[in-house]
Amino acid sequence: MTRFSRASSNPSPETNPAPPRLKSDEGPAMRIIVPLQGVVQGRGGLVLGSLLPCALFYFLQLYLKSRNRPSQSPPSSPPTTLSTPDDHHASPSSPPSASGSTIHRTLSRGLLSPRSHPNVSSRAAAVARPDEDSLYYVGYKRCLRDPFHRVDNPEGIIQLGLAENRLSQDLILDWLEKNAYGALLGGDKPGELNIMGLTTYLPFDGSDNFKNAVAGFMGQVLQESVSFDPSQIVLTSGATPAMEILSFCLADPGNAFLVPSPYYPGWDRDIKWRTGVELVPVPCRSTDNFNISIPALERAYTQAKKRGLKIRAVLIANPTNPTGHVLSRDTLIDLLDFVTEKNIHLISDEVFAGSIHGESKFVSVAEVLESEGIDKTRVHIVYGLSKDLPLPGFRVGVIHSYNETVIAASAKLARFSSVSAPTQQLLTVMLSDKQFISNYLEANRQRMRRMYLLFVDALKQLGIECANSEAGFYCWADMSRYITSYSEKGEKKLWEKLLTVAKVNVTPGLSCHCIEPGWFRCCFTTLTEEDIPLVVERMKRVTQGPK
Amino acid sequence: MVVKVYKPCVPLSAIATSSTHGEDSPYFAGWRAYDEDPYDATTNPSGVIQMGLAENQVSFDLFEKYLEEHQEVSKLVNDIGGFRENALFQDYHGLNSFRKAMASFMEEIRGGKVKFDSNRIVLTAGATAANELLTFIIANPGDALLVPTPYYPGFGRDLRWRTGVNIIPVNCNSSNKFQITKQALEEAYAKAEKANLQVKGLLMTNPSNPLGTAMTRPVLEEILNFISSKNMHLISDEIYSGSVFSSEEFISIAEILEERGYADAQRVHIVYSLSKDLGLPGFRVGAIYSYNDAVVTTARRMSSFTLVSSQTQKMLSPMLSDVNFTKNYIKTNRGRLKRRYDYVVEKLRECGIECLHGNAGLFCWMNLKPLLEEATTDGELKLWETILKDLKLDISPGSSCHCTEPGWFRVCFANMSIETLDVALSRFTSFMEKRRKT
Repeated sequence: MTRFSRASSNPSPETNPAPPRLKSDEGPAMRIIVPLQGVVQGRGGLVLGSLLPCALFYFLQLYLKSRNRPSQSPPSSPPTTLSTPDDHHASPSSPPSASGSTIHRTLSRGLLSPRSHPNVSSRAAAVARPDEDSLYYVGYKRCLRDPFHRVDNPEGIIQLGLAENRLSQDLILDWLEKNAYGALLGGDKPGELNIMGLTTYLPFDGSDNFKNAVAGFMGQVLQESVSFDPSQIVLTSGATPAMEILSFCLADPGNAFLVPSPYYPGWDRDIKWRTGVELVPVPCRSTDNFNISIPALERAYTQAKKRGLKIRAVLIANPTNPTGHVLSRDTLIDLLDFVTEKNIHLISDEVFAGSIHGESKFVSVAEVLESEGIDKTRVHIVYGLSKDLPLPGFRVGVIHSYNETVIAASAKLARFSSVSAPTQQLLTVMLSDKQFISNYLEANRQRMRRMYLLFVDALKQLGIECANSEAGFYCWADMSRYITSYSEKGEKKLWEKLLTVAKVNVTPGLSCHCIEPGWFRCCFTTLTEEDIPLVVERMKRVTQGPK
Repeated sequence: MVVKVYKPCVPLSAIATSSTHGEDSPYFAGWRAYDEDPYDATTNPSGVIQMGLAENQVSFDLFEKYLEEHQEVSKLVNDIGGFRENALFQDYHGLNSFRKAMASFMEEIRGGKVKFDSNRIVLTAGATAANELLTFIIANPGDALLVPTPYYPGFGRDLRWRTGVNIIPVNCNSSNKFQITKQALEEAYAKAEKANLQVKGLLMTNPSNPLGTAMTRPVLEEILNFISSKNMHLISDEIYSGSVFSSEEFISIAEILEERGYADAQRVHIVYSLSKDLGLPGFRVGAIYSYNDAVVTTARRMSSFTLVSSQTQKMLSPMLSDVNFTKNYIKTNRGRLKRRYDYVVEKLRECGIECLHGNAGLFCWMNLKPLLEEATTDGELKLWETILKDLKLDISPGSSCHCTEPGWFRVCFANMSIETLDVALSRFTSFMEKRRKT
């Protein structure tokens, strides 16, 4: 987890978040080294200038060595049990901590000493590292251990950190009750089972029928302003693998993407973990309504080049996460011009395209391409069904590209992340029910709008203003007036207070690489209207409580 | 003068443009030939019969019968309320009930000789993903895995493409029925050392694909000793464990570990899937079972790239936990595969073709050495082409499985009806007859 956009203590508005990334366990080390510099430079005479610095450096080496060791070797003490899955519910890849379980089996004295344990790879070591440095995931874990429940646990933590939409699940349930059995197993004659097609190998990037249905759904979401060609899409088991596969295709290890920030915290894992691709945040500012700035992209690009870092793409989300904006056509054109000039790619993550609750019409980058006559082979869209059609756990993601080589490679890579056949079957029928989809999208939009307005209003009562959002499941709230020191530390303290005192889990801006302290993402789509006054009461414990 | 303006080609990654996917090999070329001209009893009786795809359709009716008799199972698909209870959004632990069901099924396959802890199971979308995931976890780019030959052609892609890891073959040959020997292991290891490659693990398939044989106890013991002495990991791909013709003949690495009191178990990881034994490759259900906590934790997090649909888990959970069903299914499936295998081998023998004596899997390992014009890979490929073009049979040449001895071919028999199988066998018969005459 890196926040190098905040690595310098006083980021000036014009400089770039360009200092080399500090690994989280190098941080504390730097805080010791810097003050020692004065001593090292021999300003202290013989004892202070020589003996003391030597001694200090000796101990510093020991300290650094002992800090580095744990991350490279697997646990060597008697294995601990694995926590039961009942403890862990919904999470955006929220992991159990690496140490915290015991194996219930006989252990012979043959358990060997640490030296004989085969190590895991360095990629694995990075993945297994406990995630105390990412509050996005820490908040999750805490919430899971003490989840709010109106009846069973009214004092539990209210989850406002999960971008999941439960507002319209009843509509989906209804459809499933009426249609699922037939869709899944029904043959041509009543009572006949037709499952042969489900069991055999399907093309790894999705069956033709399913691709057609998904392409049709994507067109319907965009109100037919664009028509997607099924032969240009690759289906995967979720938007997470779609993004990773695309990253593997567009960049080599050690390359980087420019990413306007604040951005979705999950990308730091999904994209960086196995591909070796870096993400360079390009901060957007509240004074600019968090809009994407091409000059900022330019500066970031140049800075990266100076550092010898090769930029291969610009990655955006549209609608944006966590700010919930719908990008304007002009912004998209500017972005396309930028990537064309630099001869790099543009990745547009449009997972929330069907979750617009505001007045603006959503414009997909695909639409702009059609009209502007730009080279399409550098533009790729990532999509998925989880947000716009929340069927929990069904796992359907999409890569859409005009680039033949990208499609060919992604289609082969999709073998590692294919959509389950019964799911393809069921969804093909559901997505083809255009009437249902149309009703669903509209009803959902209205419910989201209503909840958004209620929630934003509630926050206003607490003196918390939100940025104008038109899409997504969350609002982007400015709680800076409630932080004691206008800094990363201050924001962390407020987040902690919200979690432990108000018992509300929200996502702090620093997890999203926001350089302005005090912004928080609060999801409202897992709430009911009755929950809102309760959320207000809880938050008052902090907003009206002692500082 | 015309000035040509070239549009800059936006560059892609090495992975996107490499051919490590291996799909240019004859193994896949044969599939393409089939796709272009597939056999059909009525509409295309002279088409290509696909004998290069290891898919199990012999016991499909048992699965269908189960669903018919348990219609409430299919209704579980509607149970979105149930989904809500588990709050399953992106949960990579998988359904508790499903992991338990998988553990139970895996125990049934091993005749109850071992116990599996469902908390050590990490679900993946297929064994392909499981093997790749484990490779990411145990090896760094540039490291190596030892893989006994002949091996499944897909490994070249699954283990190497995105991971950047190398495969060093452990060469086996017919002199001892292709069994893995200590000498072969040591030779491969030495080769890696010489090339300055760090060997991080051994990946073996038991029962073997393409050999169709289950590994014996002495060999398994030898392998465990070897990997311990070299401080490396062992991945045991047991995807065909339910397709061993007789349950006594399969020994899982888990059994040996249990006998040894789990000493050194942290090195061992088992891969499984429902694609072969249950004939459900479209469902994309795979699993990693690891005795190593760090590997389990890491695999679980990484599985976010390859989750199993919750709907699929819900659908299959009751069936896999139903011991009456699974006992009967495993027994019946094994019996049917054995009968097919015996039938195929007998028919081939009648026309003069011998196969390696096998006791597992969806295929037989056919010896066509006597038919080679020259005992080389080229000779083998020429024969393969003849069989594809003249007999219209897609079988897999040993060279695509990295077999060092030319002339062996893998022939799948479980992915077709018995009628189609008869047609295929008759084509072999006529081919051999013609050869005898000339």
